[in-house]
Amino acid sequence: MLSHFPVLQVILPLMAAPTCLLLRQSKLVWVFATIVCLLSMLISFQLLYIVQSQGTIIYELGGWKAPIGIEYRIDMLSAFLLVLVSSIATVVLMGANSSIQKEIPEDKHTLFYISYLLCFTGMLGIIATGDAFNVFVFLEVSSLSAYTLIGLGTDRRALWASYQYLIMGTIGATFILIGIGLMYMVTGTLNMADMAERLPDVTQIKTLYTAFAFFIVGVCLKLALFPLHLWLPNAYAYAPSIVTAFLAATATKVAIYVLIRFIFTIYGVEFSLSHMPLPHILMALGVLGVIGASIVAILQTNIKRLFAFSSVAQIGYMILGFSLGSQAGLQACLLHVFNHALIKGAIFMAIAGIVYRVGSANVKDLRGIGQRMPLTTAAVVVGGLSLIGVPLTAGFVSKWYLILALLEQGLWPIVIVVLVGSLLAVVYVWKIVEIAYFQKPEGFQQGDVIEVKEAPISILLPTWLLVAANIYFGLNTDFTVNVTDLAVLSLFGGAP
Amino acid sequence: MSQYNYWVVIILMMIGFYIVISHGNLVKKLIGLSIFQTSVFILYISMGKVTGGTAPILDPDYTVFSNPLPHVLILTAIVVGIATTAVGLALVVRIKEAYGTIEESEIQQKDDEEC
Repeated sequence: MLSHFPVLQVILPLMAAPTCLLLRQSKLVWVFATIVCLLSMLISFQLLYIVQSQGTIIYELGGWKAPIGIEYRIDMLSAFLLVLVSSIATVVLMGANSSIQKEIPEDKHTLFYISYLLCFTGMLGIIATGDAFNVFVFLEVSSLSAYTLIGLGTDRRALWASYQYLIMGTIGATFILIGIGLMYMVTGTLNMADMAERLPDVTQIKTLYTAFAFFIVGVCLKLALFPLHLWLPNAYAYAPSIVTAFLAATATKVAIYVLIRFIFTIYGVEFSLSHMPLPHILMALGVLGVIGASIVAILQTNIKRLFAFSSVAQIGYMILGFSLGSQAGLQACLLHVFNHALIKGAIFMAIAGIVYRVGSANVKDLRGIGQRMPLTTAAVVVGGLSLIGVPLTAGFVSKWYLILALLEQGLWPIVIVVLVGSLLAVVYVWKIVEIAYFQKPEGFQQGDVIEVKEAPISILLPTWLLVAANIYFGLNTDFTVNVTDLAVLSLFGGAP
Repeated sequence: MSQYNYWVVIILMMIGFYIVISHGNLVKKLIGLSIFQTSVFILYISMGKVTGGTAPILDPDYTVFSNPLPHVLILTAIVVGIATTAVGLALVVRIKEAYGTIEESEIQQKDDEEC
């Protein structure tokens, strides 16, 4: 049983998805889906523990040896991401029952949970697998279910956003498919470890360059790197709030994992970061993303859209860390992947609570929300502080590491960009604080008693769990720093 | 011209890509997307061909076989492609119900009016 854990946590939600159809009743399906996510989470924690104590786990599907069969390979990086994705999925799903009552028609609840579980399966699969083609298949599993999840939004613009995401996402995935195909052409294998071994012999072949270019563009579309982010803001803004919380905290993170996995494990640092002009391009786009998307975020009138643009900016930070090509830079990137997932999870869950009570995420409907829903609004504010990078929050830790990594290479101008980006974050978070606390609701008259009506406890609890995680990982960095340290070491070819 | 199959792939890919970018009709966009994906299928299928090779059936009379692995891979990719087209068309039906049109410019216009 224990030896099957690497595959079990992917199979569990996959099998659970069609089982939901038999249960039908919304509440029952919710309990079932949450238990399944919880089990996946426990398994991923167990996997992390095994990897920490015994090193990389290799699991052969069906007992076929690696180059012929598909293998699942869980190393420190995968285990770390598995824990992140499954925890977020579980916590977010805890709030789903109340939130979707208001946002999704009753007869589609079961279908919502099925898509959610399939999307979750796809993400876990991408992270766990050690086979390049398998990555593409799981990528499509998670993307296709993400399109349907976004299309469930009540606003008709959700459909249009979902369609645009489908077109962009499919082009991205097809580019990745071309990249993998061309790599298979020159190496004759699809197993990642095997591929990595054979690539150094063929680095002078042009096909490999083409493969690399296609792959990078495809993945950057998926991870919404500026200027390939156009699908993201609308998709996040009009999707049901729970879906936004889930996707914002996981989908782009998994794409970043794919980028790191292919660059470091398959192509190798030498080829991709010194041989190709990738670091310069990524750094330029990262800088543009941080500044450009933050400025656009300030101008938004819908807070879901506002934080969606902020996500694009935060992806810029991750890519900045990644583009340095140093151990410190990659560690900063991984830390920000983890911390940003917690930040955006907390913020979008709190927004789900606001949308549950107010029925809208438009800034003009949120006047005085701080008095009406103090706990929920406080969660947005704490999340916002973490987003800015205020000390004692998780956001501070990753920005601190990013700045240290930049200073290590003497890149002063980029440090200034990071600080300016944080200042812009102060502006858009303050904008919300001002509306929430210092403006009176529409039609408010002197002497009116403001009725306190919090979001239901089932949304409030996961929100504050994530907020607490933000503060905890801001104070105690043992877990995140240790694990990312080990992951980076193994990616740079040190001890596992 | 011994490797003309790559030219076929590139031309098909560009036709598909151009349709996706240039056309405003949502169904036409999906058609373009399908052509784009098909070009990649052909890339995979043609790369498995070995000159003079037969079907990969073990028989003492033949020693040269085509590589069956890319063909098997592309079966999966075809299924994915069909699923994508199906989801896309389903979305187009819903968009038609909600907006009353499937022209990109008109949808944008209606969205702008709402804001």
